[in-house]
Amino acid sequence: MRLALREVYLTFTRAPLMAMLGVTTIAFSLFAFGLFGLVAINIKSALLEIEDRVEIRAFLIDGAKDAQVEELMQGIKKIPQVADVGYVSPDSALQRARVELEEFRDVMDAAMLPGSVELRLKEGARDPETVQMISRRLQTYPVVEEVRYGREWVEKLYRIRNIAGITGTVLGSVFALVAIIIIGSTIRMAILARAEEIEIMRLVGATNHFVRLPYLIDGTLKGLAGGAIAAALAWTAVQLVSKHLMAAQFFAAEQVMLGIAAGGVLGLVGSWLSVGRHLRRAWRDA
Amino acid sequence: MSDILRLTNVSKEYPRSGTALRDISFEMRKGEFVFLVGHSGAGKSTLLKLLSMAERPTMGELRISGFSSLSIKPREIPILRRRLGIVFQDFRLLSDRTAEQNVAFALEVTGAPQAQIRHKVARLLTQVGLDSKATAFPHELSGGEQQRVAIARALANDPFVLLADEPTGNLDDRAKHAIFLLLREINAQGTAVLMATHDVAMITRSNLRFLELDHGALVHDGTDAARLLADMRGRR
Repeated sequence: MRLALREVYLTFTRAPLMAMLGVTTIAFSLFAFGLFGLVAINIKSALLEIEDRVEIRAFLIDGAKDAQVEELMQGIKKIPQVADVGYVSPDSALQRARVELEEFRDVMDAAMLPGSVELRLKEGARDPETVQMISRRLQTYPVVEEVRYGREWVEKLYRIRNIAGITGTVLGSVFALVAIIIIGSTIRMAILARAEEIEIMRLVGATNHFVRLPYLIDGTLKGLAGGAIAAALAWTAVQLVSKHLMAAQFFAAEQVMLGIAAGGVLGLVGSWLSVGRHLRRAWRDA
Repeated sequence: MSDILRLTNVSKEYPRSGTALRDISFEMRKGEFVFLVGHSGAGKSTLLKLLSMAERPTMGELRISGFSSLSIKPREIPILRRRLGIVFQDFRLLSDRTAEQNVAFALEVTGAPQAQIRHKVARLLTQVGLDSKATAFPHELSGGEQQRVAIARALANDPFVLLADEPTGNLDDRAKHAIFLLLREINAQGTAVLMATHDVAMITRSNLRFLELDHGALVHDGTDAARLLADMRGRR
């Protein structure tokens, strides 16, 4: 182990530029991936916020009886997709209207405004189909006069969400793939530079484990360093965006840790694969 | 049984280039010095690869230092390699390490303690006559000196046999002779040497046993140098 660490140190001191290049490449590919992730989580949180406002409102007929309203409420509560439901009586509707539309407060009286039932849907049940299905169901109650929901709005929101989701998955996979390829080839380059050394180690009787260990440590360290730099870059980017453009979210601490760890794992896997290739090869022809 | 290595009807075929060795049988005794001679492509390097178990025979059996090519496990190969010393025509030193670091390398891979390594490296470099150049890098050394470092490295783990693949091939006549004398000296101290070469003059002068390969077949095993001269001329 001590020898392996010395070898890692030697690799770095002998070819600092190469090592820096490796770390930088890993950092940038992870950073690109991270930026993408940031855009994705920000879009997602923005959509969630908007989605939260998706609600269905059922206006009731004039003179709806308490029993009828109660029946409706019970019926709604049985629909599994409903998050919560509230009854707005004609009186409270009037109160609300008077507050919201102050300039008309004097012309309004209770008779003008119908009572209504407002319901919000659970997360994941805010797609156009579910919204329509529920509003049709509400319409079957005789006490319901009209059901309203931002139909176009719900559909548009949902479309944005789908597009964002698909582009996210596609671009995310592309970035991840690119990151893996870059990291793999960076490490392979480093190993090619030391192919002769590996061969000589094997000739003098080094076990595969002995040969592999320094490279694995090297790859993991570079991956971790790259991950940390990528995280720092991403954080800086978020700060800049928040300051100059709009409030943006950064990853949670666990996600940052996960990202750095992913860098380490990528480095480990990349070096394992690249060094394995050399270990399988017999010595080169004289 | 004083055989340290024995080949029984060994053949080696490559999928692309065909037969490299056919039906080779011979044995080497402890402390023996044997030449391996033949034109390039006759199979000398292939034979040395088989001996270090870098490759396995297609047919036949090779026994070396208690290991058989039929049963050796991959993880046992490093153990075998530590009992062999291998020397190449192109030295194969690590260019970014000094002479003593190159020699120490062979000991470090075995996990030997540092104090012991230092002591032993000094002794080995003295043995090959390079104690004054311990801290020189390979590019600061002549070809003959580099080969001495490579020999010191090969001797580091006290091998019972030294496999030398044209160790004098890249050297001028004087260095060639000096390396040969060094190998004889090492042999005199008990290490068997199998030296591949195409230097017929070296063989005829020394009157030692030689194995002659031609197109993958063993055509002579003995000391009849006159015959070797005739063979080499005849096949030219």
